[in-house]
Amino acid sequence: MFDVAIIGAGVVGCSIARELARYKLDVCVLEAKSDVAMGSSGANSGIVHAGYDCKPGTLMAHLNVVGNAMYDDIARELDVPFKRNGSLVLAFTDDDMSTLKRLMDQGIKNGVAGLKILPAEEVLKMEPNLNSSIKAALWAPTGGITSPFEVTIAMAENAADNGVQFYLNHAVLSIQRHSDGKFHIETSGGTFIARYVINAAGINSDLISQMVGDDSFRIHPRKGEYCLYDKKWGSLVTSTIFQPPSGLGKGVLVTPTVDGNLLIGPNAVDIPQRDDVYTTSDGLSFVYQKALESVPFLPRNDVITEFAGLRAIADGEDFIIRPSRRAEEFIQVAGICSPGLSAAPAIGRYVASILNGVMQRNGHRLEPKRDFNPYRRGISRFSDADWHTREELIKKDQRFGRIICRCEMVTEGEIVQALHRNPPALTLDAVKRRTRAGMGRCQGGFCTPRIMEIMERELDIPMEQITKKGDGSRIVMGKIKEFLGEDAGC
Amino acid sequence: MLSMKADVVVIGGGPAGLAAALSCHRYGIRDIIILERDSHLGGILQQCIHNGFGLHWFGEELTGPEYAQRFIDQVEKAQIPYLLDTMVVDIDENKRVYAVNPKHGAIQIQARAVILAMGCRERTRGALMIPGGRPAGVYTAGMAQRLINIEGYMPGREVVILGSGDIGLIMARRLTWEGANVKMVCEIMPYSTGLIRNIRQCLEDYGIPIRFKHTVIKIHGGDRLEGVTVAQVDDERRPIPGTEEYVSCDTLLLSVGLIPENELSQKANVQLDPVTGGPVVDEYRQTSVPGIFACGNVLHVHDLVDYVSEEAEIAGYGVWRYLNGLASQHGQHVDGRVKIETGYGIRYVVPQRISGEEDVELFFRSDNIYADGVVELTDGQEVLVSKRFLRIVPGQMERFKIKKQALPGIKPGDRLIVRWRNLG
Repeated sequence: MFDVAIIGAGVVGCSIARELARYKLDVCVLEAKSDVAMGSSGANSGIVHAGYDCKPGTLMAHLNVVGNAMYDDIARELDVPFKRNGSLVLAFTDDDMSTLKRLMDQGIKNGVAGLKILPAEEVLKMEPNLNSSIKAALWAPTGGITSPFEVTIAMAENAADNGVQFYLNHAVLSIQRHSDGKFHIETSGGTFIARYVINAAGINSDLISQMVGDDSFRIHPRKGEYCLYDKKWGSLVTSTIFQPPSGLGKGVLVTPTVDGNLLIGPNAVDIPQRDDVYTTSDGLSFVYQKALESVPFLPRNDVITEFAGLRAIADGEDFIIRPSRRAEEFIQVAGICSPGLSAAPAIGRYVASILNGVMQRNGHRLEPKRDFNPYRRGISRFSDADWHTREELIKKDQRFGRIICRCEMVTEGEIVQALHRNPPALTLDAVKRRTRAGMGRCQGGFCTPRIMEIMERELDIPMEQITKKGDGSRIVMGKIKEFLGEDAGC
Repeated sequence: MLSMKADVVVIGGGPAGLAAALSCHRYGIRDIIILERDSHLGGILQQCIHNGFGLHWFGEELTGPEYAQRFIDQVEKAQIPYLLDTMVVDIDENKRVYAVNPKHGAIQIQARAVILAMGCRERTRGALMIPGGRPAGVYTAGMAQRLINIEGYMPGREVVILGSGDIGLIMARRLTWEGANVKMVCEIMPYSTGLIRNIRQCLEDYGIPIRFKHTVIKIHGGDRLEGVTVAQVDDERRPIPGTEEYVSCDTLLLSVGLIPENELSQKANVQLDPVTGGPVVDEYRQTSVPGIFACGNVLHVHDLVDYVSEEAEIAGYGVWRYLNGLASQHGQHVDGRVKIETGYGIRYVVPQRISGEEDVELFFRSDNIYADGVVELTDGQEVLVSKRFLRIVPGQMERFKIKKQALPGIKPGDRLIVRWRNLG
């Protein structure tokens, strides 16, 4: 029996979990997949937007700007990488110039600080690799970059440290409201009972909502594809480079990532299926061609991987954050598309205040926990450390002297740490998201079997049970000679 | 930090590093240390349990581990020190090498000469930009080789192989022996990029079809691979609409090229050749940074380990010359050498610079299949040397010897061109 059940362990669910961990509540997070950040939170641009592109007066605009301002504290408290590298929106035509002015006005109304329209010379001085035929650019110094899955993982770990219970591989199948007002949530891993439910199920939030009879919104998946470049191109630009926004979103950007790669994308294609994260040949060439308009020297080679993510777009295109009209104790947090990552910290707080309001109507209220610890230490990173720190790490644990992932310089020590944190890394991709092992230019070609050996040993599971991303994604299918027996009889 | 000095630091204890260290030792150098990132010497040969190694070097057919062991035994006998589990993380132009291992922690070695012998890595699905899902079951051939030969596990049952590189061909046979069904090998080029003998012994002998001018254009599956879409390509390697075919499989192996691993070399400002992906070197295998040498697959990708051993010998000789002040009369830097450039039909040549002080052998690859012609070395006007070839193919490295007497009067800054000329 829980006070609050949060459905969905993306950045929104985990931010809410961390926020609620400040109060005297029993909270659980139910996640269908094998790890946190496996939906949209794991596949997006990683941008903390300044907030000039949201329509003034929307919830989206408000939470974007507030969330952006919270990121310095988030980064410090949760030990996650975050950099205010600033963003530039380029203008190529006269029409674009009026778009810049409109964005700037919007930004001012939304409360975005420091916006300026810079002439081309000044922009090109800041970013010499940009298309030199630009007319001007909107400069937003508060724009930033972070690692979306690291933020999610860090929020989850901090929430877990403060008592929130995470249930991975627990897909919600149905929700019944009993006469005592409590929700009985049937999952693939058993039934959970909770007084309050928070629907943070991302791309599936309308389906979850329908389980309590609330059919008030639909989610429309909109796919975005990306190409990630080798770190040798990580300083081609220093700020995040946008083009004037299209009807379908913020357009194709070119940005350094907080880990030092270069990222281009996304396109925006409305799609019928909620699980379609296939990249397409058309999509990837569109992204490349568009990115070339901003940065003409973008290489054709040196892409190390491509991926696609889904935006959860709700009808009306604003965030839907409110109690359900069918049951006040069921709080909707839906339609959190871009700038969801930027807004996530503010969404956590906002949802806590809504919950407090609902509780008060029931004669309760949120009571702060005195022992809440807002700090979380990340995994000690060998590659980022100076030599002195490296030596200290190895002195304490020899395994920090054994490099497993040579491209990203990830040590056995880091992988072992990732496997034993809470929530734990149960899959190869989960290890990758926590340590970057396998994220480099060889894409796990060398380190995958070695990481599997470590997982076999540390988690005490046979090699055949190790998966890439949960059920149905086993890496190996059996021992050698095993298939021979089937017809050769040996 | 453990601080050391050494005359020669060899980075990599695979076939190139071992042979280079032994070569240095034979020339009388004693203060050598080999740094190996794995927990054993021998490099990638340890997972190459098939035979076919050593025919040129030892005159007999060995498996990869046997070939490696011969060199390891010699290194042990010569008492050349080595550190295992030791990863070099940095190197600078002053030949300071920074490494790390569990036992010693951080290690700094000031070297007089460095031999780069880090080998290569495999090109990945991401580099090819094959669209589709991102399921488990898409592996490089070398990773599958490690899973089977070292770990003892099968990557899958129904296999498609993309690319006819040698590791892919070897794995087609291995997988068949282990009970998997290898459905086909797709090669985007109209010819194989692997050795002819491997096409015969690994595919034809087992009835595994190879489809030239075909590639994989889509990967199907969310969790585990379910199938691939294969299509024929035109002469520009673009998929031809209407030729798409769905092939169900649970495993896709990629054998689509090897890339010399020169991220470390670049930290020392070693100049790279964009075609080979390895350093620009002179005939002693010295890079653009005096005292830093390179050999093996870090320099350019070889078909046969025997040639790697041979090249490593040369690097050892180069190091000996360097340490004894016998380096080129034109100074230390490779830019003070004659440039060797590629002409018609030639994809690359190693070395890319020569001093002309001694006889030299050029290693080269063609950019296509050519039959009945000559490879020529010319100064633009005259043909200085030529050699007849009945056939040259991109998948097979060829060699071309030049006597010092054939190059009278060449001087630094001169350019010589290697090109193919058809006869008849």
